[in-house]
Amino acid sequence: MTTITIWGCRGSLATPGAEFDKYGGNTSCVQITGNDGTILILDAGTGLSDLGKTVKEPSKKYNLLLTHLHMDHIQGMGFFPPFFNPEAEVNIWGPSSTTMNLRTRLTRYMSPPLFPVTLRDLPCKLTLNEVHHDSFKIGPFKISSDLIGHVGPTVGYRIECADGVITYIPDHEPALGVVNFPLERQWTSGSALAANADILIHDAQYSDKEYNKCQGWGHSAFNDTLKFAAQARVKHLIPFHHDPSHTDDNLDQLISETVGSQKLEFKVTAARERAVFKLPVLNTQDPVKKPNQE
Amino acid sequence: MAQKPIELILARQLSSHLAMPIFIVDPDGTLLYYNEPAELILGIRFEENGEMPADEWSTIFTPTNQDGSDLPPEELPLMIALTKRCPSHKSFQIRSFDGLVRNIQVTAFPITGQGNRFLGAMAIFWENNQ
Repeated sequence: MTTITIWGCRGSLATPGAEFDKYGGNTSCVQITGNDGTILILDAGTGLSDLGKTVKEPSKKYNLLLTHLHMDHIQGMGFFPPFFNPEAEVNIWGPSSTTMNLRTRLTRYMSPPLFPVTLRDLPCKLTLNEVHHDSFKIGPFKISSDLIGHVGPTVGYRIECADGVITYIPDHEPALGVVNFPLERQWTSGSALAANADILIHDAQYSDKEYNKCQGWGHSAFNDTLKFAAQARVKHLIPFHHDPSHTDDNLDQLISETVGSQKLEFKVTAARERAVFKLPVLNTQDPVKKPNQE
Repeated sequence: MAQKPIELILARQLSSHLAMPIFIVDPDGTLLYYNEPAELILGIRFEENGEMPADEWSTIFTPTNQDGSDLPPEELPLMIALTKRCPSHKSFQIRSFDGLVRNIQVTAFPITGQGNRFLGAMAIFWENNQ
């Protein structure tokens, strides 16, 4: 069995507070654990800090797949214990830019004045791998990366294993500039990554009204995400990257208004912090208990 | 059909919003897209035409030099951008699908994407009498 745990699904800015308790305030971080124990960590937002608290084997090998280097996707890096353990092996994948390699780009955050510890001072066994349109294997997972439409160099990941296919595109604006979205699949950003996925974790930051004011910022309207998922023929959509201004009540209303009025051929479950999804069993969502609930 | 690289998808989206006629081809020279202003010059809508291999589009419009002499396909700016991977500019004539002979100028440049992937070329063209 493969499990997918959401450790952070908030977009752009971490949002602590009681009114965000249901969906959570930590930024992007998802853990995928394969049937052999292989761990993939998708993005290093503030949710990585909570994931780090569950680490019981600090000397284990960790694989961190970054989609891009916006702050809300890397801010948890400095709070993940394996980075500071000389026995731990951490492999990072992520996109370079046209002028800077991945190490240089990451060091811009992992160095003063933004962070006191530099990347080169991390004691773990650290390996950096640059990805664009690539394919590689980690344990039982066959992973494909491809550049997608967002602001700056950004990839999405398609993760295939014996239990199914998971596609992770947390920041994505495939509708940008398209008059009648979507165009055919071949002209739709991210469509190859998402095709026939069992689980699609995808940006759904805005309502239609909000999107009209935020076009070009790299994120999707909830309705466009539904269209994207329908075109890709996914089985289960997990809307992700919730807007930091959306309280639990706002999100419930947005989901109700967009999903509730449509006949969809796939399941929709909005991402919620500590929710666990399982493959190949798709209809299970067992929240991980918060420390104060134990 | 396989999904296009994001750089070409964004190039098409940009082209579809510009008032300048634009052609986009892949590394093999296959014509992937031209926008509405290009349709006016070529005399046929992209939706009617669809993708077209290089040996077809480079001859179908019967390109000729300004003096009427034949212009070999390999001397077209778009073909130079593809084969030499450098920008190219030229004035010449074409016979469009509606039968009219048009004097045009074309500027073409290669498209190099993230990771230095060569993804094709783009051409912008103008009618000389505009």
